[in-house]
Amino acid sequence: MPKIKPPVRTPHIDMTPMVDLFSVLLIFLLLTASFRPQEAAVITTPQSISEKQAPDADLMTIFIAKDGKVFFNIDNGKDTSTHFRSKLLGKIGEQYKITFTKAEIAKFGTMSSFGLPIKDLKTWLNSKDSKEKEKLQTGIPMDSTDNQLAWWVREARLTNVGAEVAIKGDADTDYKLVKKVMDLLQDNKVNKFNLVTNLQKQEVTMKDLPPAAK
Amino acid sequence: MAEIIQEEKGKKGGKRRPKKHGTRIDMTPMVDLMCLLITFFMLTTAFSKAKVMVITMPEKDSQDQKKDQPQISAFRTLNIVLSEGDKVYYYIGMADPKKPPLPSLVKTNFSKDGIRKILLDKNRDLFTKIAEYRDKRVTGKIVVADTTLENEIKKMKRDDKKGPIVLIKADEKAKYKDIVNIIDEMAICNIASYAIVDLSPVEKDMLKTAPK
Repeated sequence: MPKIKPPVRTPHIDMTPMVDLFSVLLIFLLLTASFRPQEAAVITTPQSISEKQAPDADLMTIFIAKDGKVFFNIDNGKDTSTHFRSKLLGKIGEQYKITFTKAEIAKFGTMSSFGLPIKDLKTWLNSKDSKEKEKLQTGIPMDSTDNQLAWWVREARLTNVGAEVAIKGDADTDYKLVKKVMDLLQDNKVNKFNLVTNLQKQEVTMKDLPPAAK
Repeated sequence: MAEIIQEEKGKKGGKRRPKKHGTRIDMTPMVDLMCLLITFFMLTTAFSKAKVMVITMPEKDSQDQKKDQPQISAFRTLNIVLSEGDKVYYYIGMADPKKPPLPSLVKTNFSKDGIRKILLDKNRDLFTKIAEYRDKRVTGKIVVADTTLENEIKKMKRDDKKGPIVLIKADEKAKYKDIVNIIDEMAICNIASYAIVDLSPVEKDMLKTAPK
């Protein structure tokens, strides 16, 4: 006797709720996403217990890499119609007698951190090869004879008056270099800095208090 | 891949209406795509925003600097000298070459029993006060908002007259993380007043003879 085969049915799952859920998640992620900005160098920040969050906008950041290269970044501010970066490049161009084309200025406006002498800036902006671009990133010169970082800071302060200054230094950079940057900032009347750190909780309670010596 | 199931139920009598189509769309590709997108976003999003530590430095070469310089009693001053290889030295008082003997540097480190113990010991009064206040808040004896708590702590720090005045001095060979660590230590121990200053020539000499 042949077996009776139950009719094979393909199960049909109603996926609508799943799709709904996914849509919600996707929209949430899209709206909350703040993409990791592309950074010119890998920097491991030191750890601290500070829980203060870095400001979202109106921030200029000075990156100090392990190898002593200094990078600079300034954002366009809270309002996307304020083109601080483009303005800044124009001003710096005037300073160093370099004229940037409109396209170059526009391109600079959308970019992130950079660390190269001003004379290379034009080549860097027009370069399409990412390897070549990386090679140009030799750090912003900050010698006493040609202190370009000071110019960037000064002009950035004039362009965006409300900008705060953050220093993102690698944990293993020499303090000497960091001090140089801090001195430079103080020369430009910046006395309050944000040092970018990693959060590491540390609790100290009354128990940790050493017994009083009597 | 949309499969269309035709509805068979039609009215027998009356007008002939065009057949109604109940459409069922296969959503699998859509779900696939969404899964991909969600994974992508999850991986690229920087959820944890960078934390910052704020330091405010005194204004440089202002004209009334001489006048502003507060007179601090020597026994309240705790000097911390940071040097190569995460070494921490400290001494109490002032190193004045005109008034020998010079204080000797004591070596310590960044561990829990190192510099923190010394700072806590020096800052006993203020630390206890703040810890008690926080404790009261946790146990519910007092109910205050976060901002009030911060202001109270700030006030306590301002009114503190016994705690140490810490002068942080870093050698040229010190690393950036050392300075961050020590400022962090100030926050941990609730030190009311501290400053980052340059190493004086006397201290440089002292460092040379300091225990390795």
